[in-house]
Parts: sequence; structure tokens; C-alpha cells
Amino acid sequence: MNMLFPQIVAGLSNGSILLLAALGLSLTFGQMGVINNAHGEFMMAGAYTAYVMSSLIGGNAASLALALVVGFVVAGLLGLLLDVLLLERMRTRPLDTLLVTFGVSLVLQQVARDIFGSTGVYAQAPEALTKPVTIFGYSFPAARLFIFILAIVCVAALYAVLKLTPLGRQIRATSENRDLAEVSGISTKAVDHVTFFIGSGIAGVAGVALSLLNSISYNFGTSFIVQAFLVVVAGGVGQLKGAVIASFVLGLCQSAVELPTSSSIAQMSVFLIVVIFLQFRPQGLVAIRSRNLA
Amino acid sequence: MGRTSLALRAGAAALAVAAIMGLGGCGWGRTVAEKEALDKSSASNASATSCVDTSGNTIKVGFVNSLSGTMAISEKTVSDSLHMAVDEINADGGVLGKQIQIEQQDGKSEPATFAEKARTLIEKQCVAAVFGGWTSSSRKAMLPVFEEDNALLFYPLQYEGMESSPNIFYSGAAPNQQIVPALDYLKEQGHKKLFLVGSDYVFPQTANRVVKAYAEGNGMEVVGEEYTPMGSTDFTTIVNKLKFSGADAVVNTLNGDSNVAFFKEYKASGLSADKVPVISMSIAEEEVASIGVDNVKDQLTAWNYYQTLDNPENKKFVKNFKAKYGESRPTSDPMESAYTSVYLWKKMVEKAKSFDVDKVKAAADGVTFDAPEGQVKVDGKNHHIYKTSYIGKIGSDKLIHTVWKSDGPIAPDPYLKTYDWAKSLSASTSGSDGSGE
Repeated sequence: MNMLFPQIVAGLSNGSILLLAALGLSLTFGQMGVINNAHGEFMMAGAYTAYVMSSLIGGNAASLALALVVGFVVAGLLGLLLDVLLLERMRTRPLDTLLVTFGVSLVLQQVARDIFGSTGVYAQAPEALTKPVTIFGYSFPAARLFIFILAIVCVAALYAVLKLTPLGRQIRATSENRDLAEVSGISTKAVDHVTFFIGSGIAGVAGVALSLLNSISYNFGTSFIVQAFLVVVAGGVGQLKGAVIASFVLGLCQSAVELPTSSSIAQMSVFLIVVIFLQFRPQGLVAIRSRNLA
Repeated sequence: MGRTSLALRAGAAALAVAAIMGLGGCGWGRTVAEKEALDKSSASNASATSCVDTSGNTIKVGFVNSLSGTMAISEKTVSDSLHMAVDEINADGGVLGKQIQIEQQDGKSEPATFAEKARTLIEKQCVAAVFGGWTSSSRKAMLPVFEEDNALLFYPLQYEGMESSPNIFYSGAAPNQQIVPALDYLKEQGHKKLFLVGSDYVFPQTANRVVKAYAEGNGMEVVGEEYTPMGSTDFTTIVNKLKFSGADAVVNTLNGDSNVAFFKEYKASGLSADKVPVISMSIAEEEVASIGVDNVKDQLTAWNYYQTLDNPENKKFVKNFKAKYGESRPTSDPMESAYTSVYLWKKMVEKAKSFDVDKVKAAADGVTFDAPEGQVKVDGKNHHIYKTSYIGKIGSDKLIHTVWKSDGPIAPDPYLKTYDWAKSLSASTSGSDGSGE
């Protein structure tokens, strides 16, 4: 009875969940400097999308696939709306976004409560994802494997967009030097909107995927938001690579600590590890080498 | 420096704020409110004389339930069934010829608020009795208020026991009416290795102390004991531990949403009710729908009431409740217990021929009521009630069906003094009447 392998798998799975939750945030927070406390509520919007889709179509693969697309758009549009209406007015004041988005997150939670009720709802998952899959003789939830693959796909897609497309270059240029980007003919305003749309949309995708594991209720996002920020800060602000490494390290740490201790200790230890780590490396795992003189 | 460091500082601030909001939530508010409650209690120490007005043709009672905050989902249902009981009694002529008038207060899911509102009900609104409370912490917060003002609280929830206040009537199950029958059932079914999983707070911790003592005295073994922080949704490691522990049954005292994540993980990891059944202490009809019946079908529960109980009183209760609140609303143990508690108070008052707290208490012993759960009887010594215990199995119709019941109502024994295996438990707690934990 060796628990080492299953625990490593559990840790990787936890890491992929953290990554999925933090990915959109690493874009909006990292690239734009917006502290979006409503990120968790965008995930919630995705989760409720999964619920609506499964009630409309039924719990099958088609409804999940559709929910991933619709969830991306719904959360993305919510993000776009937030950016256009509020955040655009506070580009130079990142700390103000913290309070404003916290207010927005409370409003969105109440809206969800008014629409869907305060009791958790249940979205039927595709049959195949409620069963175990066997990896090296160890049975493992199929839904977690799906989330792992989805997280990797999302990272790859985001990486490709940022590195290979003109849009990605514009996003990076805007984040590195807004003024220079502006004088080079980039509409930084438009780039910001698109960036925020994508970042929020990824939160929606994360919400759809994570609803496979959790209950869907108005406070769906609150259990992820703190850890998502933790990953982004520990990984190094603005760095995809850092967020990926940080998610998996923290995920593995959590399951390693939880094995001989308890769930409470494990959650606490993750915070402790990050706090200590940031003492020695306040810039996070992967630092930006910027020529920014501002 | 420049951009990076600004972003970093902002990040640190975001983390700090998010951590405070997410984890410590109500921390500050509570301490202040608690302090206020304390100040008030020392100020009004002398005023134990009741201000209940019995001259008119109405009599006031107070309800204190969380109508907002995290517990609102559950406590609203209790408030509903309390209202229904009062409406029924009023339609039937009231108590001692007086119509009952309800004063409803919102406990806001905060123990300190419960204490404050209970004091308002007793001292300002002059109610003859108070009904409500759900979490053990809300009860423990209210207990000193009721003892000090010599008022009456009817508490509807099953709970961890080890308490018996002269000013509280406990209409929910004591541990020997819920936990012990659940273990008796597991033992009868030949389960020997138990895995305990619960939320990290007073009820699961205390309940599991009982489970461990029982296991030791009955040839069973506890092969794992895990707690998760309230609201926790990550159960990979716990389910891994469960699979590798060799357990043949799980005793579940998780609360709220954690159940959803736990049962999804349990099912998706290849465990099932026919191999390693889970017996739950806090999943009632209400919760089954939100957990998803696919995830909990065929699992066991231990309560003292199910909507499916087949007796005339329950048929009437279910029918009236659905007529009043809607066809889709299920009835559950805490609701039934709250409903029953109003009738018990009525019967005590009628036996005492008075609303006076001391007279009501003196009359309480032996009062019976044909409740939807079967006949219940008040034990005047420990203020708990005789209840029948039912082990149920969750069906695909989202209802719970009885698979085992105790031989008639079980005498309440909150300190488990009558059980040999529990000697160590009652010895360690007998000194702390209700003030412990």
C-alpha cells in the first residue's frame, strides 16, 4: 500500500486546479496591474453556465463543450463590461481597483443569489467524467484528468497568443511600456479591453471545469481567489512560466504536507511557504527583466 | 524599480486583503459584538424579573433564526416550520386561550448576534419563550443569556451533547439518539473499520470522540480521522487516505458544500456505497438535491425524522407544509424538531396552567406529543426528549427511506452516562455543564 504515487498525482491535479484558477488572473493582474477581486465571481459565472447548459441540454459531452465556450464568452463579457465601465478610469491607480472590484464581487454574488437562489445547484456531469480512470493500476477521477489536460491546453493557447500573434505582441508591449506602445501606434485602450476579456474568459472556463468537482453556489469563487493571487504573486507578476511553476509546486506541497498531517495544516503551510519565499525573493519566482525606467 | 515594484506592492496588498476577507471574514465584527454582549450582560445582571405580559388575549414568543449569512439556507426552513406550528396552534384556539404573536429576529449566522437578539427578545420584547438557533456555537452563545434572565430557549437541532442547561429544552437528538444508533447499525451490519471525516468545528470533533470511544468498547477500529476547514472543497488527499486505510465504512460529519466536493471525489475515485458505505450526520432531504442525487444515492443517514415516515401525523405535517410553502419543498429532521418544540411548549404551558418560566419547567417532565417523527416525551431532568432513531438510505427520488429503526423512543442521555464504553467521556466532561468546548 504505497500512497506516494497517488499523492503525487493528487498534487499535480491540485496544481492544475490552481493554475486554471490563476491563469486569467496572471493576465489581468500581471499584464495590466489590475487587482481583480471579482475574478472568483467570473469563475462563478462559468460554473453557473455549466449548470444552465446541463439543465438545457442534459449532462453530456456536448453540453460541457458548449459550456466551456459559452462560459468563456459570458465571463469575458462580464470582464469587458467591468473594464469599460470602471477599471478604465483607474489605470494609474492599481490599489483602487482592489476596492472597486471587491465591491463588484459582492454585487455579482448577490445577483447570483437572486437568480439561482442561495442553495447550491447541481450540474450533471457527462457520465464518463464521474467515473474513475486507471493510471498504473491506481484509479483516479476522470474529471481531474480532464481538468489537468484543460489547464495545459489553456496555458499553451495563452502562451501561443502572447508569443506568436500580433495581438500578443501588442499586449506585451502595452504591459512593458504603455507610453511607448501608444506612440508606436497601438491603441492601448483597445488592447486593455481585449486583455481583460481574455483573462476574464479564462476564469469562466476555469469555472466550468471546476464545477465538475465542487458545488455550484454564489460563493463558488471565494474558495479560489486567495490561492489564485498567491500563485500569481509567488510565480512572479506578469510571468506565465512563473505561474505554471508556482501552481504545481504549491499543489505538490499541499498534498505532501496533508499526507502526514491534516487538511487545515496543509492549507496553512501553503501560505507559510509563500510568505517565507517572498521574504527571500520578493519579486517572485520569475522576475521581469525590464528596461523600464519609469 | 518602477512598474515592477508597484505591481509587487499592489500584489502583496491584494493578497493581504483577500486573505482577510476570505479567511478571517467576520473576525473584527465578532469581537466587538461579543464585547458589547458581555458589557450588556454585566450591566443587566440584576434584572432577572420577567416582563412577559399575560394580561391581554395574546402571548408573545420569539424566533431567532439566521435569515441572512451562510446559515440562512438551513435556518430559514426552521423558521418556516416554526411559523407553521404557530399558525396551526392559533387556528386551533391558541395557548390557554391566548393567540400566539411571533417576534422574529435574525441571528445573521453570527453567534454573538444570536446572543444579542435573544436578549432583545427576552428583555425588550418580553416574549414567553424563544425558539431557534442552529449551530452549536449559536446555542453556546445564547446559553448564558437565558440562564441569567431565567428565560426559555427551545433548540431544535441534533447536536453533540455534553450539555444540559436548566433554561434550554433540546428537541433535537442527543448523541445517544443519533450517533450511537448509527454506530449500532454499522456494527450490526458487520462493519469493523471506520474512517471519520468531518468539518473542523465543535460538532464533528465532539461527535467523533463519541465514535472513537464506541469503537474501542465494541471491537471496532477507527482507521482514519480527518477534518477539513469549513467550506473546504479539496478532498483528493482525504479520499486517498480513505482508500488506503482499509476502512469498510465512513462516518461523515461534514457540513454544507464540503459534502458536494467529498461525494464527487468519493464516487469518481471508484468507491461506492456497496463497498464502503458513508453514514452522514448532516445530510437531510434539503441537502440531497444540491449535492446531486447521483452522488449520494444508496448512502446512509442517521436522523430522527424523514419525510417518508409512514404515520398520520407526518402525512398531515408534510401535506400542510407543502400547501403553505410549495410542492417542491421537502421536510427534514430539523424542521420537524422545531415544529414539535412549539407543540411541546404549548403542552407544558397548558399542564402548568401558566406562562411562568419556573412553572413551565416544573411541568415539563413527562409531557408527550404525537409528533410527525412518532411519539416524543420530555425528560424533565435533562430537558431533552425521548426520540425514535431512524437509519435511512437515500433513494433516487431524492428522499430518504428508513432501513432500520430503534425499538421505540430512546431515553435521552446527553452525557452518555448509561453506556459502559463512554465512561471515559462522561468523566472528562461532567464538570463542565455546557460551558466547555
